[in-house]
Amino acid sequence: MLSDLAWLPAAAPDFRGRVRALRAEASAPTEGFFERALALATAALDENQLGQLASLGRELLAGGKAPPAYAQARLGLIGDGTLSLLAPVIAGTAIRYGLLVDVVEGDYGSGIQQAMNTSSPLHLAGLDMLLVASGARGLGLNRSAESSEDAERRVDAAFSQVKLIADALRPAVVAAILVQTVPLPIDPLFGSFDRLEPTSPYAMIGALNGRLRDWAAEGGVLLVDVARLAETVGLERWDAPGHWYASKLPFAPEMAPVYGEVVARVIAAVRGRSRKCLVLDLDNTLWGGVIGDDGLAGIQLGQGSATGEAFLAIQRMALELRGRGIVLAVCSKNEEDAARAPFREHPDMLLREDHIAVFQANWTDKAANLRAIAEALNIGLDALVFLDDNPAERAQVRRELPWVAAPELPEDPALYPRMLAAAGYFEAVSFSVEDRERAGYYQANAQRAATLQASGDMDSYLSSLHMVCAINAVDPVTRPRVAQLINKSNQFNLTTRRYTEAEVAAAEADPARHAIQVRLADTFGDNGIISVVIANKVVEAWDIDTWLMSCRVLGRRVEEAVLAHLAGAARAAGATALTGRYIPSAKNRMVAQHYDKLGFVRVEELPDGTVVYSLDLAGFAAPDLPLLVDDQVAVHTESAA
Amino acid sequence: MTAISSEAVMDSLREIMIDVFDLDDLALTLETTADDIEEWDSLSHVRLVVAVERKFGFRFTNSEIESLKTVGDLVRLIQSKAG
Repeated sequence: MLSDLAWLPAAAPDFRGRVRALRAEASAPTEGFFERALALATAALDENQLGQLASLGRELLAGGKAPPAYAQARLGLIGDGTLSLLAPVIAGTAIRYGLLVDVVEGDYGSGIQQAMNTSSPLHLAGLDMLLVASGARGLGLNRSAESSEDAERRVDAAFSQVKLIADALRPAVVAAILVQTVPLPIDPLFGSFDRLEPTSPYAMIGALNGRLRDWAAEGGVLLVDVARLAETVGLERWDAPGHWYASKLPFAPEMAPVYGEVVARVIAAVRGRSRKCLVLDLDNTLWGGVIGDDGLAGIQLGQGSATGEAFLAIQRMALELRGRGIVLAVCSKNEEDAARAPFREHPDMLLREDHIAVFQANWTDKAANLRAIAEALNIGLDALVFLDDNPAERAQVRRELPWVAAPELPEDPALYPRMLAAAGYFEAVSFSVEDRERAGYYQANAQRAATLQASGDMDSYLSSLHMVCAINAVDPVTRPRVAQLINKSNQFNLTTRRYTEAEVAAAEADPARHAIQVRLADTFGDNGIISVVIANKVVEAWDIDTWLMSCRVLGRRVEEAVLAHLAGAARAAGATALTGRYIPSAKNRMVAQHYDKLGFVRVEELPDGTVVYSLDLAGFAAPDLPLLVDDQVAVHTESAA
Repeated sequence: MTAISSEAVMDSLREIMIDVFDLDDLALTLETTADDIEEWDSLSHVRLVVAVERKFGFRFTNSEIESLKTVGDLVRLIQSKAG
């Protein structure tokens, strides 16, 4: 997975021709040039293709045409093997990170001399960064020591060699010095006992890596953990003695692309180009199944099924990333209420609404939603990673927004976390307490922005919808739909009382009850019957038995229009108050504050959690609403009166 | 056992070399040597070997590589290893 850069799509057909076309344009880049370069670079390229990209980068730098959207770095590369194969691979990979890297190579085999000589090209180049690429063979740790004292000396000498180079060149390097950990040797001398025996190369290299780690922890250098890379891809694939003997290549040349990737990540992190936000699709990405079709009980999530546990692991990974400061967002083609339901109500969800900084669930294309997310968080598109199981969506996002990273995903969701981790989007070179809090900080900002937007634009948005809210008595024609809503609505349903069609018919006919249905139409069409209210006409205070609404019209202020109607009707009948009640269910938490928001006061809280409310009609004034109310019930009442 | 024709190997080699040496076009014969192609140096030779190994799915030994003098030698080596 890591070794073949599996999160990246295959190289474009005729990759070489496309790079050549860009190179022909490099002296005078036209519109979209850098997006095209980025799109070409965002693929699983081999060392030759990376070399071709590196040539493009070199020509851009030489021509002074590097765009502001790309960061730049001059990297010194010094080490104890053949570096010429690695330099173009690093420079080519860097373009994937929006970085133009100009590599200045030290000569083979004379690293220390060049580092000490202050008139060497490395000293004079004006380096931003330096990479000291050492391996066990060059550091003399590929042979066992004669005694434990000798082993200690050898580790010390190896460490000193790296440190000498770094310290000598430090005055010539502006930003950062990178050193590599050393992969452990494959071939055992004693066997498992190697780990205990200090004279074994295995133990010595382990000791050296410890010294390098301590040095980095003190802040002297940054680590490129090549040891871990080699272990991940497999030491047997990593180490290629034949290539060392033939050309002093430090590792198998087919590992060059992944090596370049790991180095480029650290350079990108130093330049602040690591990504900041993980945007998650929902269906078949955070849970198995489609919430809109399968419902809360039907999606696969949680212990008890292999698939459910796999999706749980994805959520856990997202939470862990959030814990280290990565902002989480949602981008899903879904009804918003359906999309939010698992976050609110599914007992096995690890991710909850308050972990998500921006929640985009609608039927607009994902590119537009990703733009909205970047805008709400006030970060660049190049800070986003978009995780989506659907290859077509990923392709659309890559095509329209080449700056957004949209990793390929394997068939099996159990491997989603590994793929995301392998892609290394969130590489860090340090970690602080502030980082931990960063996700929350971004989130608060996004909420403020959203509130501002809501207060500034929501009413004009609603006005622009030209909504017509029609309120009518329930009749035989509308009865089936009303009964259906009564038996199906779970979320926006204050009492969750279920009535059959016959019971609804009885309510219609009962002069002591007030049963209405509400339709909403707007510029985009008629939503049909979206709300039902049944009230008992108790003389002093009408008692609201049922109040439900379809979540499709949340936020349209329909409930306020309904309240105005109820208040008017109750007043006309001589009542002075309205009584409402919220009966909590597993699914109706979203309306727990419904009556509070409408200005009712709490009268009583019952042991079962039911809250009884009252609204004094004397003090009630209907608000101005951005919708036209067509109240046929009131008209009839007035004409009858 | 079906041996790959030397024409087929030459066609593949030409494609690989164009990519490895980053050339516009390449006139390749069995007699071509590294001296005939400016971009064919010891370093790009390593990339050539790796690209050929990747294309045909086998590994060369160092002694096999050291014995090569012409493109024809490489074609025959590929045929014998891939056959």
